[in-house]
Amino acid sequence: MTTTLSISTTALTAKQYREARARRAKRAGLLKHVFLIATSLIMIYPLIWMISASFKPDNQIFGSLSLWPATFDWDNYSQGWNALSVSFTRFFWNSTFVTVLSVIGNVISCSFAAYAFARLEFTGKNMWFALMMMTLMVPYHVVLIPQYLLFLNLGWVNTYLPLIVPKFLAGEAFFIFLMIQFFRQLPRELDEAAMIDGCSPFKIYWAIIMPLSLPAMATAAIFSFIWTWEDFLGPLVYLNKIEDYTVPLALRMFLSQDGASQYGPMFAMSILSILPIFLFFIIFQRLIIRGIAMSGLK
Amino acid sequence: MASVTLSEVRKAYSGFEVIHGIDLDVRSGEFLVLVGPSGCGKSTLLRMIAGLEEITDGTISIGDRVVNDLPASQRNLSMVFQSYALYPHMSVRKNLAFGLGNLRMPKDEIARRVADAARILQIEELLERKPRQLSGGQKQRVAIGRAIVREPQLFLFDEPLSNLDAELRVQMRVELAGLYQRLGTTMIYVTHDQIEAMTMATRIVVLNKGNVEQVGTPYELYNFPRNLFVASFIGSPKMNLLAANAASGRADIPGLGSIALPPGITADGPITIGLRPEQLTISSADRPLPLEGRAAEGVEPSASGPLTVTGIITLVEYLGSEVFIYLRLETGQTILVKAPGKSSHHNGENLTVSLHPDDAHYFDATGQRLAKAGE
Repeated sequence: MTTTLSISTTALTAKQYREARARRAKRAGLLKHVFLIATSLIMIYPLIWMISASFKPDNQIFGSLSLWPATFDWDNYSQGWNALSVSFTRFFWNSTFVTVLSVIGNVISCSFAAYAFARLEFTGKNMWFALMMMTLMVPYHVVLIPQYLLFLNLGWVNTYLPLIVPKFLAGEAFFIFLMIQFFRQLPRELDEAAMIDGCSPFKIYWAIIMPLSLPAMATAAIFSFIWTWEDFLGPLVYLNKIEDYTVPLALRMFLSQDGASQYGPMFAMSILSILPIFLFFIIFQRLIIRGIAMSGLK
Repeated sequence: MASVTLSEVRKAYSGFEVIHGIDLDVRSGEFLVLVGPSGCGKSTLLRMIAGLEEITDGTISIGDRVVNDLPASQRNLSMVFQSYALYPHMSVRKNLAFGLGNLRMPKDEIARRVADAARILQIEELLERKPRQLSGGQKQRVAIGRAIVREPQLFLFDEPLSNLDAELRVQMRVELAGLYQRLGTTMIYVTHDQIEAMTMATRIVVLNKGNVEQVGTPYELYNFPRNLFVASFIGSPKMNLLAANAASGRADIPGLGSIALPPGITADGPITIGLRPEQLTISSADRPLPLEGRAAEGVEPSASGPLTVTGIITLVEYLGSEVFIYLRLETGQTILVKAPGKSSHHNGENLTVSLHPDDAHYFDATGQRLAKAGE
């Protein structure tokens, strides 16, 4: 009788303990979610505001605090597309051309450089690596003028070459570093087995390292895509003709010094301009997370 | 099949020498095992033969060719790695065929060799799987399969079984031995597991700190170790070593007694006597003594007979077929005695064991073997 009683008391205590713990966890979870949702709303508010503004006539954009448009006005999209002297079809094509080539250039050249640093032995390897890492610490604006003078002397200003060619020369230290970190995770025995199987260093890269490094490549590709697609300064410096403009430069043209800015069409085109980045990210999201996690940058 | 000759082979990293001029002849069709403690240079030596490490000095020949400057792929050898090193993004079939494809071999020949290897290693049903879908043992088979499809003149194994569990290791050991008998190709095998070395090798090379300590058959290494290092490294459990003083044909073991040295041993001065645990014979066991005053008694033997020593059992390890008994002697030294599994001994028990001078191994003050007459 005593034994039964003590068991039931113990069981009750354990149950109470479990319930108390569950209540505490629920409270903590609730607080955490409230905080996260509030923070997310602050972060996402400008985007929501821009989407809302893209459906409003110009006179309502700054006149109403409501995020919900009184009427959904699709004219901003149709007007915006052809509002400038050159159609946005051209600007999107220009951006796509520059971005696709930049992504290809960055992924190929940076992965080559990373493979050399991670796997091959050559004279002065550590010094070159240190120099490469130092370029990470130099702001783009510092090299802008000497770079401009170089491209001016080469006769490349007012062409896409200054925006594309450097991407094929492994100039992005961040991507190289990211890929080095990833390659270092791959066992060296794979290279050695491939060497015995008759592979040259390039074949090892092509047949073994590259297929195993898709997450790192995708991560580099998407960052390269985003940075090139939304790059404003580079095209601003090197492109002078409107028909050569990329989307960010075109968007700037909606703003006028004399106060006759077209905000509605500008926001509509801005929304369209971020769609490719959004889609690219959605498609490669899983690979990016793996790439960042496995390259030790997390 | 090919012979391998290493002549004065040295390896240094940043001026620090780790392999000190090794000379070695691997006979054609031989199963040579490189064994030694961690860091002794056995894997480095294997990798130099494979062409994965450059040699600092000396020459390596495979068959009649000096291969110092030949890349790994042109040495006509295959290597099985400790971590298997299967290409994770390729199926088993592609893993097997990859090297053959690089040799630009006709597709039907590749298919035939892959099928043959798969049949020999019983991995036919795994051919379309990726390495991540295989167990450790299956991965090991595929790694071996990748080596045999090339039909090389030399196989190199770098601790291939060390990632497997004990049961699978025994199974794969037997299969590897069978594969060697079937193929008859020269094999060089690195391991730190002396059971693998003793059971598989035609000859064993014992390495220590970048030097070859002894080369010999498992029988030679076990029964005639050239020095103290080999004596204590080969054999599990380890050989018991007793310090002694030799003079006038007798060896005095301080605190235990003296024995007559076998014919042929004429040392004077400090020596070391080595006794394998199975060479100690249990004479008698008494009931436990009180913990205090458990001094063992050394009993003087007859002029040339066995020495009997008594000690207290401090630990008994029961292994089923045999028992390892740790016996603390009067001198404070603990010796290990191997007894049949049916023996019944307990901690704290007094035990008398006898050792025969002819069974023992003798080493001089520098650790070199003192040979008995007829060795």
